[in-house]
Amino acid sequence: MTPPSTKPRLFKVEAVVLKQYPLGEADRLLVLYTPELGKLRAVAKGARRPSSKLGGHVEPLVHTRLLLARGGSLDVVSQAEAVHAFPGLREDLGRLAQALYCAELVDAFTPDEQASPPLFGLLVEALATMEEGAEAVFLHCFELRLLALAGYQPQLRHCAECEGPIEPGQHWLSYRAGGVLCPRCAQGVSPPPAPVSLNALKSLRYLQEQPYGRAQRLRLGPEVGAEVRGLLRGYIRYLLEKDLKSTEFLDHLRREGMAPWE
Amino acid sequence: MTSRNFDSLPTVEPVARLIEELNKLPGIGPKTAQRLTYHVIRLPAEEARALAQAVLDVKERVVFCSRCYNITDKDPCAVCTDLRRDQTRICVVEEPLDVLALERVQVYRGMYHVLHGVISPMHGVGPDDLRIRELLVRLQGSGVQEVVLALNPSLEGEATSMYLQKLIAPLGIRLTRLARGLPAGSELEYADEVTLTRAFEGRQEL
Repeated sequence: MTPPSTKPRLFKVEAVVLKQYPLGEADRLLVLYTPELGKLRAVAKGARRPSSKLGGHVEPLVHTRLLLARGGSLDVVSQAEAVHAFPGLREDLGRLAQALYCAELVDAFTPDEQASPPLFGLLVEALATMEEGAEAVFLHCFELRLLALAGYQPQLRHCAECEGPIEPGQHWLSYRAGGVLCPRCAQGVSPPPAPVSLNALKSLRYLQEQPYGRAQRLRLGPEVGAEVRGLLRGYIRYLLEKDLKSTEFLDHLRREGMAPWE
Repeated sequence: MTSRNFDSLPTVEPVARLIEELNKLPGIGPKTAQRLTYHVIRLPAEEARALAQAVLDVKERVVFCSRCYNITDKDPCAVCTDLRRDQTRICVVEEPLDVLALERVQVYRGMYHVLHGVISPMHGVGPDDLRIRELLVRLQGSGVQEVVLALNPSLEGEATSMYLQKLIAPLGIRLTRLARGLPAGSELEYADEVTLTRAFEGRQEL
């Protein structure tokens, strides 16, 4: 008899597969996001063999139910059954690129094993939206909600330094302060804050403050759209101290005219 | 690089060095490296030399075929110069090992094109990191009538197939991809949603 353990040897989780790496001869290392346990890593043994029972149930971006067995350093997937595989994402290059970006954002902003059921809900809902086809602005809605859940919601109504009101005029966004600055606070700040047009600031506020469904219906012109994208990317790059890998592919599609959502 | 301390033989320098080199290979841990090293010590000199020469030859004589980018010892490779093969069909695969797998079953007698990877946005592998531009150059005014995409049915494979479709469709060349469905020796009850859907869609008359 094995001595009783506080942790069960087998446990069930619901998860979205954020990404995977090949491991050894035929295994896959999965990075999972679960509602109750946050981000987890687990091994799907033999998942790269054609006859694997796990294969398609543990592909990236699949919402799946897993039975995990506690292992020494890594948990092992014992059974898997996809809840929803979001087939629409796999049939459209643009939707797939958007979804991979969202999954990478979740991965980048979450520490291991810290539960956040709202974040899981946000991700699953986003995958379902993108499966149907989402506009460019949807990614910004997702970014802003993820930033809020991760504790980095940008301050857009008051000066992020002095809490003073933001008057119409020239505006600056300071990544370090995490929000807009009034002209007085923006002076002599290092690194210099990014200038923000009034339209971009209003758009960011709308996307952040309106209910999710309504915010997604906002339409941005090409110039404001590019500015909002640049500002959010700059802020995310500042927080993570790196660019996300999947933005490269989104940019590539945009350059080659393969980004119909723009 | 400092040599690792292999406790069994810390002083015999050539032995320690071979253990260390073998230990760098994928799938070979320190114990296997030690076992292989002892095996080499017992080998006749000519066999050891043949092994060393084979390793060197692989590095010095194997190149990428300038047409299909498969690995070869003469450029263009044997497949590309075989006139009995169908020059109007190109089968696109991820890795040289995929060519081997397809050649083993002998159902395809056309040309190949090896991409050397797949688009993987989450791992930072983009279209420019693969032999995609080379494929497009090959297709320009070549008389190729069909491109068969034989990429893995993984997320990355699908992404690459969709990307290639966008580039190749305007050229007016027939574009096909391998069917997907239930693998031999598997069980229906364990099939995932995507596979089962595709298998059903691709059902055939009996």
